[in-house]
Amino acid sequence: MTARPIAVVGASAAGLAAAEALRRFGWRGPLTLIGDEPHLPYDRPPLSKQLLHGAWEPERLLLRTEEQLDPLDLDLRLGTRATGLDVATRTLTLDGGELLDCAGVIVATGVAARTLPGADRIAGVHTLRTLDDALALRGRLAGTGRRLVIVGNGVLGCEAAAVARELGHEVTLVGIGAIPMAEAVGTEVGELLAEEHRARGVQLLTGAVDGFGTTADGADPAGTDDAQITDVRLADGTRLPADLVLLAIGSRPAVEWLADPALDTTDGLRCDAYCAAAPGIYAAGDVARWDHPVHGRPLRFEHRMNATEQGMAAARNLLAELAAEAAAFAPAEPADSTPGQERRAFAPVPYFWSDQYDIKIQAYGLTAGADRVETTVLDRTARRALALYGRGGSAVGVLAAGLPPRQVRALRAVIATPLPWEEARERVRAATAAG
Amino acid sequence: MKITLDADKCCAAGQCVLIAPEVFDQRDEDGVVVLLDAEPPAEQHDAVREAAAICPAAVIEVHA
Repeated sequence: MTARPIAVVGASAAGLAAAEALRRFGWRGPLTLIGDEPHLPYDRPPLSKQLLHGAWEPERLLLRTEEQLDPLDLDLRLGTRATGLDVATRTLTLDGGELLDCAGVIVATGVAARTLPGADRIAGVHTLRTLDDALALRGRLAGTGRRLVIVGNGVLGCEAAAVARELGHEVTLVGIGAIPMAEAVGTEVGELLAEEHRARGVQLLTGAVDGFGTTADGADPAGTDDAQITDVRLADGTRLPADLVLLAIGSRPAVEWLADPALDTTDGLRCDAYCAAAPGIYAAGDVARWDHPVHGRPLRFEHRMNATEQGMAAARNLLAELAAEAAAFAPAEPADSTPGQERRAFAPVPYFWSDQYDIKIQAYGLTAGADRVETTVLDRTARRALALYGRGGSAVGVLAAGLPPRQVRALRAVIATPLPWEEARERVRAATAAG
Repeated sequence: MKITLDADKCCAAGQCVLIAPEVFDQRDEDGVVVLLDAEPPAEQHDAVREAAAICPAAVIEVHA
């Protein structure tokens, strides 16, 4: 019996869920959890909400205390980056040069914020993905009346805009598309959000960023030698004066360390329906692009709920594969299978939420990529609405803003498996008829 | 088993109610979690552990 570990690469929500599930499902061998950030596993959704606002301090974001992690008996490698993976031998290379020969690997390295060329050398231009990012931006938002330009009007940009307005800053939200979050939720829900942002004093602009204006003298208040941002230039020639810029222009899967040709890393690490990228190699969370068995095509979600659920699924399926492998090598031995040790296709009902001002948006299923959206605005001023999303004649997603929880859960049931469009419309009507 | 909640962190996803409806509920006004049974019977324990593991805001703590 070897003592090869299972290694989980990525110590955020998906990696932590995988590590915990590996123990819960019976892995008693060594378990290595590798995270490139120096922090214990923490929760990211509050970064653009409560943490940025200052309502919560970083300790509140910790997903587990050290005491809660202790029973997992982890070989916890924080501040450590995996730099390579040899698929055939399941060997990881770590940034210090160490080779880790593994029984199995779960890749949960997430995504990194996209940036613009040269932006990292301008003081006052930020991205928002990590705790350190959020704290840096929060530090710059101390006081009031800063001119903040947010580039990108997706979920992150919209949430940050809401927080910055609540803190009393002047906020301009610039998107390539005119309607915020339109890609994620459709134009009508997006327009409802736009109305709220405008009512709260956010300036909404359409345009592409062409460059940045900076001080020539490097008079950065933070004391570095970097030039300080003075304005954002748009392609149409507009100059937006800025004390501070947040680039919220999306993310790219953290797969650059995966060079083994046995892996497909086009838009994430490609997996089968079991979250397996190769024998003994699984993936979970924002980085994983897998064949969703219900929707019949490869999908990748940057959603908090998916991180946990997929972490657990990848752990279960990896253990099932390892058990089958062990049985194949020792066929005479009686099957020592823990209950439930069978690979299961990962078929979640996707879920995401967004908080902006007093609005909570909750969505189940697929809302992006719909070829048909039916939005019902229940109360324009209170921003209460629901929307049904269709694709190829089936209803595949639903969204609720300002609906009671019982109705939201009922809406989830409507699209848990794709229904014919008309039938789903009827069921949505029934689910939201009362109250 | 004893359950405690850090309900201030709740993001109202409602997964706990889907998984263990006899133990958890949500407030009508904002969807924040409500604990129906802080010491649920044994047949609920698996569901409660699942709910705690899946909660996207790490609100639910299960004590042995």
